[in-house]
Amino acid sequence: MSTLVSSGMIHQLEAIGPFDAEACMNCGVCTATCPLGVDLLPRRLFRYAALGLEDRVIQSSQAIFSCLLCRACEASCPAGVHITENMRVLRHWLLQEGF
Amino acid sequence: MPLPVRDVVGILADNLRLRGSVLPIPARRATAWARDLGIPRGGETVLYTGQMYQLIPYIERLVRLEQRLGDSPLARFSGVARRANRLVNGVAVVARPGASERAEYDRIPANVARLLQKSGVAFGYLYEDDLYSGALAHDLGADEAVAAHARRVAGVLRKRGVREVITLDPHTTTMLRTVYPKLVEGYDVRVRSYLEVLAERGLPVGVPLSGTVTIHDSCVYARYEGIVDEPRRLLASAGLTVAEPENAGQWTWCCGGPAESLFPATAAALAGKRVEQLRAVAPDCVTMCPICLVNLRKAANGTMRLRDISDHLLDAVTERGASAAHVGGPTP
Repeated sequence: MSTLVSSGMIHQLEAIGPFDAEACMNCGVCTATCPLGVDLLPRRLFRYAALGLEDRVIQSSQAIFSCLLCRACEASCPAGVHITENMRVLRHWLLQEGF
Repeated sequence: MPLPVRDVVGILADNLRLRGSVLPIPARRATAWARDLGIPRGGETVLYTGQMYQLIPYIERLVRLEQRLGDSPLARFSGVARRANRLVNGVAVVARPGASERAEYDRIPANVARLLQKSGVAFGYLYEDDLYSGALAHDLGADEAVAAHARRVAGVLRKRGVREVITLDPHTTTMLRTVYPKLVEGYDVRVRSYLEVLAERGLPVGVPLSGTVTIHDSCVYARYEGIVDEPRRLLASAGLTVAEPENAGQWTWCCGGPAESLFPATAAALAGKRVEQLRAVAPDCVTMCPICLVNLRKAANGTMRLRDISDHLLDAVTERGASAAHVGGPTP
């Protein structure tokens, strides 16, 4: 099975706004503190974006738009990732893509 | 089943771009709360509602409609609805809350105006120029529409000579204080929540209240704007004992409201969990955000009393506090 990777995706995201997904250490504290308990968010999602896996991000659109932007995850993130702003950037990217 | 996200966001962004609000309502409705309060028009310092409390009854009507449509074959025609909405303001057609529904939420900006008046704060109101801030469209990522709208609002504030705004909900506060400076060059309006203003000046308590309330912090106040101590200080000076629930202050739990426009079932489930946390502490709960208030009230379904903080504070500074069994009584 082949996977299409977009080398330009990360640049598109950074052009929309500050996008610091690469700071994520994949520790999972965000997932543990999320009131929605969505296991996708945000650590795997940020990997998809950083790797340019556009299809995976598009397939995750419902999870991306269901994020509450409540910042419970950010309050606990040991790496200080701006998770909610990253989510907003991904929403904007999805709207641009006409997902 | 939720409606297609792209079309719902598209309708909200189109409304903001074409009509100045994600849910455009007539100015006479948005400003009805200010009737008879004698608030001067304009001024260097204004109370800025951003229409948030006034919009809640309309949002509720639309969410109910959305839930019905999402489960019907009509959901497939959401793209057609978006195109039609560009020509005709759909909100005016499908969301028509009754007078009592509007009055319930219009009461809160009136409360805040009275509290500021009684505290000796000099302020005006922009009436028809008190525009929606763009908060929901910003959250959904409709950045171009929000940037254009922010420039429009900033232009109105500049034209009206406004140097300071006093906000009354967390979403308008963070938009005007934290987001607009990033979107509008030269934007230098001072923005404070009325809770910060009152906490700084001190509440002119007439008849101290008694009883215990629990508190539901707004995520946006607590984690975006660092407003945690002010509501507690105000409630304490009003005479109330604040019982902290599980997940309070900086660690508050979301009411689910932000998911309501796209995923109402998710929002309802989360609000239900939060109500359980709050009810475990006290039967009376204080909120400070219109979205939290309406979501938690729906989830509580009458099993606990939820009131906006301004209701309690106004009780304490007016004679109505002397007779109101506002805490500790039977749940509504």
